[in-house]
Amino acid sequence: MQVKDLIEQFGLEVAAGAKGLEREVKDGYCGDLLSEIMANAPESCVWLTIQGHQNIVAVALLREMAAIIITGGHSPDDETLQKANQEEIPLLLWPKSAYELAGRLYALGIGNSQSEV
Amino acid sequence: MLKQFKTDLHVHTCLSPCSDWDMSPKKIVQRSLDKGLDVIAICDHNTAENVGAVMKAGENRGISVLPGIEICSKEEVHIIALFDKLDNTLAMQDYVYANLAGENKPEVFGYQVVANEHDEVLGENPRLLIGATRLGIYDIVEKTHRLGGLSLSSHVDRTAYGIIGQLGFIPPDLKIDGVEVSYRVPLDKVGDELPGIGKLPSMTASDAHFLDDIGKVWTIFVMAKPTTREIQRALQGKDGRRIKI
Repeated sequence: MQVKDLIEQFGLEVAAGAKGLEREVKDGYCGDLLSEIMANAPESCVWLTIQGHQNIVAVALLREMAAIIITGGHSPDDETLQKANQEEIPLLLWPKSAYELAGRLYALGIGNSQSEV
Repeated sequence: MLKQFKTDLHVHTCLSPCSDWDMSPKKIVQRSLDKGLDVIAICDHNTAENVGAVMKAGENRGISVLPGIEICSKEEVHIIALFDKLDNTLAMQDYVYANLAGENKPEVFGYQVVANEHDEVLGENPRLLIGATRLGIYDIVEKTHRLGGLSLSSHVDRTAYGIIGQLGFIPPDLKIDGVEVSYRVPLDKVGDELPGIGKLPSMTASDAHFLDDIGKVWTIFVMAKPTTREIQRALQGKDGRRIKI
């Protein structure tokens, strides 16, 4: 599944990084403590966070993520949008809670090893 | 002439919700003197309403009390702003208050006691001082500098509310004057234990919330006088000013 498929499925808003929408999505991760994300987020994941600081783009690059989804109606900083465009990391917006979106992504089979079998 | 100043530049008062009642202006000054400190800075969470009282309590006691404030950014990073004058600190407080939402629940977060220099209770601060402001770290550093203050990143070795824990690494374009490490990291081990701070100057302070913690760790500044300008020069190692490790 690609990032653009998720956008279509859930009506996510593309805030930046539109050039990266064909990245493959294989897993998911949630969290706002960037040091923890840097250590543990899986490759090719979509990352659900409320942090909007530009460091999130660097973290996404480091972990080779598919996309960042800013949840809960939070807005990324302007510098973050610029960095995401520059690095072609999709930065998507979801107005409701991370919990709801994570549940729906999981139900879709993302990061759910049982359904991939 | 340059002198050595034993400093603890991060001390809370009873106004911080997580702080002890005993952290009153007179008691803080007395304990600081007992610990042989030459300079302390008062940095409560998102407020400076007790700073003036501690400064007054410290007058003519042979200790310098610098005014400060520890601000919680929207990224939940703690940043210290240090000033020379109370007015600038209160201007910083106005900026913080304009961007801080919520009301305190004392039974949950703790009491926020405003006191005078005689340790008399003047009242309680009703704001949610434990909360995060709507201000980004760049906003806070810029405003602090515009008001003539020093901007230091608090307890960078701590996961909770430390800049590296919250943001993974220190943004290279952030114009902070230095970092504070907690008592857990001795100053001579900072380079080995915290490679993430790079070339930023480091100091240590107690972050005391209880009387017993005042002066638990300290930083010795070699400088001409206890001002933020001199502290900045010492952090940068300029003009003979330095931190003695």
